[in-house]
Amino acid sequence: MHILAELVIVLIILLDLGLAVTGSLSACIRLVAAQGVLAGLLPLLAGTEGISAGTAAFAAVIVLLKGAVFPWLLIRARDRSGARQDVEPLVSYPVSVAFCLGSFVAASWLGSRLPLPETGVAWIVPASLATVFTGFLLITTRTKAITQVLGYLVMENGIYIFGLALFVQQPMMVELAILLDVFVAVFVMGIAIFHISREFDHIDTAELSELSDWRREGYGS
Amino acid sequence: MTTAVLLLPLISGLLAFVLRDDASRRSLLLWTARAHSTLAALLVFFWLSGQPEAGGAWFAFDPLGLFFLAITSLLFLGASHYAARYLDSEKRSPGEDAEPGFFFSNAPEAVFTGSLLLFLAAMTAVTASRHMGLLWASVEATTLLSAPLIYFHRHKRSLEATWKYLLICSVGIALALVGNLFLGAAGVKAGVGLDLPSLLSGAPLLERQLLKAAFLFVFVGYGTKMGLAPFHTWLPDAHSESPAVVSALLSGALLNCALLGILRVSAVCARAGLADFTGGILLLFGVLSLLTAALFILGQRDYKRLLAYSSIEHMGMISLGAGLGGPGLFAALLGALSHSLSKAGLFFTSGVVLEAERTKQIPEVKGLLHRAPLTASIWLAGFLIITGMPPSGVFLYKFMILRQAAASGRYWLAGLFLFLLVIVFAGMARAFISMVFGERPEKPGEKPFREPRGMLAPAALFLFLAVLIGLWLPGWLDSLLKAAAANAAGTL
Amino acid sequence: METLRPLSGLLAALLLAPLLPGVANKVKAFFGGRKGQPVLQLYYDLAKLLRKTPVYSVTSTWIFKAGPAVGLGALLLALTATPFAGRSAPLAFDGDLMLVVYLLGLARFATVLAALDTGSAFEGMGASREAQFAVFAEPAFMLGLGALACITGSVSLSGIFGALTVATWAAAAPVLLLLTAAFFVVMLAENSRVPADDPNTHLELTMIHEVMVLDHSGPDLAFILYGASLKLWFFAALIACMVLPRHSGAWATDTGLFLLAVIGVAAAVGAVESAMARLRLLKVPYLLITAFAFSALALILQLAR
Repeated sequence: MHILAELVIVLIILLDLGLAVTGSLSACIRLVAAQGVLAGLLPLLAGTEGISAGTAAFAAVIVLLKGAVFPWLLIRARDRSGARQDVEPLVSYPVSVAFCLGSFVAASWLGSRLPLPETGVAWIVPASLATVFTGFLLITTRTKAITQVLGYLVMENGIYIFGLALFVQQPMMVELAILLDVFVAVFVMGIAIFHISREFDHIDTAELSELSDWRREGYGS
Repeated sequence: MTTAVLLLPLISGLLAFVLRDDASRRSLLLWTARAHSTLAALLVFFWLSGQPEAGGAWFAFDPLGLFFLAITSLLFLGASHYAARYLDSEKRSPGEDAEPGFFFSNAPEAVFTGSLLLFLAAMTAVTASRHMGLLWASVEATTLLSAPLIYFHRHKRSLEATWKYLLICSVGIALALVGNLFLGAAGVKAGVGLDLPSLLSGAPLLERQLLKAAFLFVFVGYGTKMGLAPFHTWLPDAHSESPAVVSALLSGALLNCALLGILRVSAVCARAGLADFTGGILLLFGVLSLLTAALFILGQRDYKRLLAYSSIEHMGMISLGAGLGGPGLFAALLGALSHSLSKAGLFFTSGVVLEAERTKQIPEVKGLLHRAPLTASIWLAGFLIITGMPPSGVFLYKFMILRQAAASGRYWLAGLFLFLLVIVFAGMARAFISMVFGERPEKPGEKPFREPRGMLAPAALFLFLAVLIGLWLPGWLDSLLKAAAANAAGTL
Repeated sequence: METLRPLSGLLAALLLAPLLPGVANKVKAFFGGRKGQPVLQLYYDLAKLLRKTPVYSVTSTWIFKAGPAVGLGALLLALTATPFAGRSAPLAFDGDLMLVVYLLGLARFATVLAALDTGSAFEGMGASREAQFAVFAEPAFMLGLGALACITGSVSLSGIFGALTVATWAAAAPVLLLLTAAFFVVMLAENSRVPADDPNTHLELTMIHEVMVLDHSGPDLAFILYGASLKLWFFAALIACMVLPRHSGAWATDTGLFLLAVIGVAAAVGAVESAMARLRLLKVPYLLITAFAFSALALILQLAR
């Protein structure tokens, strides 16, 4: 009986829905942070036996990183880049909701088809895959560089939950290496956002389109 | 020695960030590269003499890893010499952009050199990883550490390229992480971990469907990084906008690292009896990459992008070779080596061409032979080598793939392969010939160009080596390649 | 006595329903720092309206006169199928939840027709909006009922809420919470409350329900007002049944708790109205789509576990 863990899973799905439709940048950052914290707490709630010190410490690191450090980095990047507050999605509200629900259905179907190891917590596999899809949605349907980083983080959350769901016991060293990578990724992307804003006066990636092989007409012979 | 080869670039890289003096930083770069390749050569030597180093549980070199380490290290050796000379000339000349009337500044040299060395450390870690999770982390690290390199010239277009590179590769590699998790899940019931030795030995026990899913995700993930179509979109941008030395490393070393990631998982799949499945996917995306590259090479106007698409083409052919299996794997590895050598040589030369002509547009470069005869000759030789004119390693591996395709009864594939090669050749020939020959337009006030021998020497050397392996494959290289191919096939 | 008890529940519902809008208004007044209308205001209004003579426009036909009566009749019938305090309703059979949904639809249909019958563009606008929002609200409600039927394995309202025990909550708490939230939103929209509609407004740009009944007067208006309070009772009772799975078996305790819960729901409506502003008309469908998403998610979760 993992009633609390299941509640957290449903909350994570609802956060996906919220992320898919929200148009405010600070709300997006908060939602991603909340999702990261929930994902970090999940191993404490889902474990069948008692919580070991290692698990607790690792969960604490995750919660600290996703709940405090990442939002801080992102808010700093947002402020320094002077991004406007709105990040209205390119697709409409109903379409976003439909996409989220559809991805959850697809993920459930996928999860039921694959012979995945049995987990004690219901919906964890579909929820994690749906979160990965939502990350994709954020990356592809928003035009601000910072929302693309948010999308990457949502994907990362999803993958983290997926890892929990499969109970793939990674050695601590590997976990830490992965975590370090994600941290550096957000850090580097934050710097890149700052440079983009300085160089282009905006962080709208829809206008990062100088390099393309599709519109090369009228140059040279 | 494994530890040394891993730690050396890491420590030097961190040191480069704190060193204040340009000259000492450059000699640090050179000496690190020399020491790294010496260590790599020693590792190969010990393996050849039958007493390979055991290594640890996390990092150790098997023949496949050793082979890619050797390529990476050799390439870096050339790149470091080129870079030292390049940084010197960048320091002296103002940063005028290839587009006229547009100036930019460069990133601090400390950041560039430090990132270059850390990039080497990450690539070394990729070749040495014995654990799939660690392999993943190292590949992601290569992305993050090479991003500052692409953004060396601080202007809009390189920034756009950096952003696309960072985001597309990070997202792609995130999918590879999902693949790794599937791989882990496939072994949960059988109690197989994610470290390579137990994955290989326990491969038949793995859950087949999950293993298939794992391969798909890993393939898409590392395939993005490797530049296989349709996930290649970052590659032309990053290669064309970064400094020549970085393009050479990206194309020659980084793509190979991603290839290694795919080969590791496909070896496990082959052991589990899924060779047909993985082979099919490799063939499909190989053909797709060839097709895409051929299409975009035909009308290409930017010679660095042309080289980038040629990299996609070669990655497609290597993927084809890997998909065909058997001798095809040997051909693929030979292809990785010869492509790295010849493409690095070409990219090095492209940097000199850019310096001479100050444009990347093919139609604006004419009669290079008159302005920079040595550069033009190397440029032309590189073109002949990369398109597979005999005798060269490139020709050899293309021929082997063709033969393997025919031998396995896939005549349609062989036909398509030949057809696309002809298109690529035509497209590249048009570009290179119009650049090298032709009447040079009068440009008033143009100063004569002094060809930088120090930058051309590594290019010429690499191209020479690429020809050499086509003429004569030394016995030790042959045995290393065979062992590596056996590794990749999962039979060793 | 045993046969009378279900009827007594129905009777209580019919008598107490007009209390709910009063409770909501009182809560709003409390949050607004006002004294507010008396809780029994609707009873006074109804008594006054019933004594009056209705006025009919010459352009309206019998449809206009029949509208309120049909609407009230449909809602009364729906209420006979509504469980009271976790007990079976007088009218309970397999599939009665479909009947209830259609009865609510019928009531809406009658009101809309009557509004259109006046021939006024103003009322036509309200009718159009009502019909538009119903398109979003009804699927949300239906799907939610479907999910409940999946959880409890029963296809009648009485059966569903009778089977909803503490154990069910322990097993499917997330799903039930989602459904409660969805039902609450549907209730707000169906009963023209903030944030979907404002029951107190008389601005043409914002009205939905109020505008449709502007031409009704006397007993007809009383029917409509009473019908609206019955509808509120219906949804409040469903939500109360959802959140009160414990049946002690003692009739008096159950009834008392249930009534408290229903009044609590009405108070919650008032609290929401005080805390939120009305949504822009264009955003109302988004609210209902969210409710729909909740219901759909609950159903998917239930099917996928």
